[in-house]
Amino acid sequence: MKPVPFTYVRAESVEHAVETMRAHGGEAKLLAGGQSLVPALNMRLARPTMLVDLNRVPGLDRIDEKNGDIRIGALVRQSTAERTRLVRERCPLLAESLPLVGHFVTRNRGTIGGSIAHADAAAELPLALVALGGSVITTLRTISAAEFFVGHFTTVLTEDELVVATAWPRTYPGEGSAIVEFAPRHGDFALASSACVLRVEDGAVAEARLAVGSVGERPELVDAERLLGSTLDDDRVRSVGASAAAAVDPPPNLHGSPAYRRALLGTLVERAVGTAWARATGKSV
Amino acid sequence: MTAVGVTINGRTYSEDVEPRLLLSDFLRHTLGLTGTHVGCEHGVCGACTIRLDGDAVRSCLLLAVQADGCTIETVEGLATNGELHPLQEAFREHHALQCGFCTSGILMAAASLLEQDGTPAREEIVDMLSGHLCRCTGYEPIVDAIAEVANAS
Repeated sequence: MKPVPFTYVRAESVEHAVETMRAHGGEAKLLAGGQSLVPALNMRLARPTMLVDLNRVPGLDRIDEKNGDIRIGALVRQSTAERTRLVRERCPLLAESLPLVGHFVTRNRGTIGGSIAHADAAAELPLALVALGGSVITTLRTISAAEFFVGHFTTVLTEDELVVATAWPRTYPGEGSAIVEFAPRHGDFALASSACVLRVEDGAVAEARLAVGSVGERPELVDAERLLGSTLDDDRVRSVGASAAAAVDPPPNLHGSPAYRRALLGTLVERAVGTAWARATGKSV
Repeated sequence: MTAVGVTINGRTYSEDVEPRLLLSDFLRHTLGLTGTHVGCEHGVCGACTIRLDGDAVRSCLLLAVQADGCTIETVEGLATNGELHPLQEAFREHHALQCGFCTSGILMAAASLLEQDGTPAREEIVDMLSGHLCRCTGYEPIVDAIAEVANAS
């Protein structure tokens, strides 16, 4: 398996990358960590005539806190974010998501921005970003995560638009979050996944965000209104899981029928909500 | 053709290569360093794992041109002065390989894991090994070998 011949351009700056993409129309591809693009090149599923390598572009590898967001440069490696204290302390949902992405070795190369821009419907980082209500900062604009993902491998990015950073809302005391998934083997594509963020005030849920992944074309927010207003009990958690499961229509694949994946999603939603609640309150459901 | 200059296991190499040449093929075909193995060529099997500027990476998911100016370590560089690396010694001791196809990649990933996290728990070793396919051993002897080196350090 060998990629088709292409022209290789090592971008020197964000502007250089954008200009090169613009000059080359839709035929060029951006190369970040390459953990999804290079397999596609090797299998010739992707046949770009030009690759614009972003890896040496300076300034895209910073992690900082700004206006309540953890802002992560597009080229920050997944393993770097995983080891960064600011991420672990301020954005536990992202910290919990990262070890689920691929493997120890692929995370050394894979980038946060690349995973978001690639927009695999089964990927963990897009799901976490949607659940948190985060956003994507590009060379042209800031796009909320809920609007950014259009479908499997599809985003609202235009051909000459570059993701420069992602913004992950920080978690405050009284909030709890969780991401759970099921994959046949660790690091494989999940059959279903769910992430939940809860804010608890005076022992009652004041704000709830719930998202599901792997079961449709993109990570989706689902209705979590039923969680609001009081303490969580088994019945309520179960009914939210059941309604989330009823709302999706996953396609069959090698590992599970639509019915199996739907049932799996219901259970994972229950676990995500229950774990987020336990983390926010120190009490189990 | 694009020029690539790299330092591999302490020796420098300069070659002109096609941009589409994978780093794994550059190592094996261009330079004859066949200790790095190629299995799936899409990042799943882990056989081609090497270290690039210290980080364990899949050499089949990098272009050779991307490594220009970098320092690479491959399995050929693990032993020093004819002495096996402690991991290699432990693999032999625990029968952690049979056909050996996956071994070089696992050794490079394990060396990196141990450097990063001196005494990883058994679960962390298992988690790391989820990125490496071995069809001979059933993994347990590999976990034992890595755990022994981790506990000794």
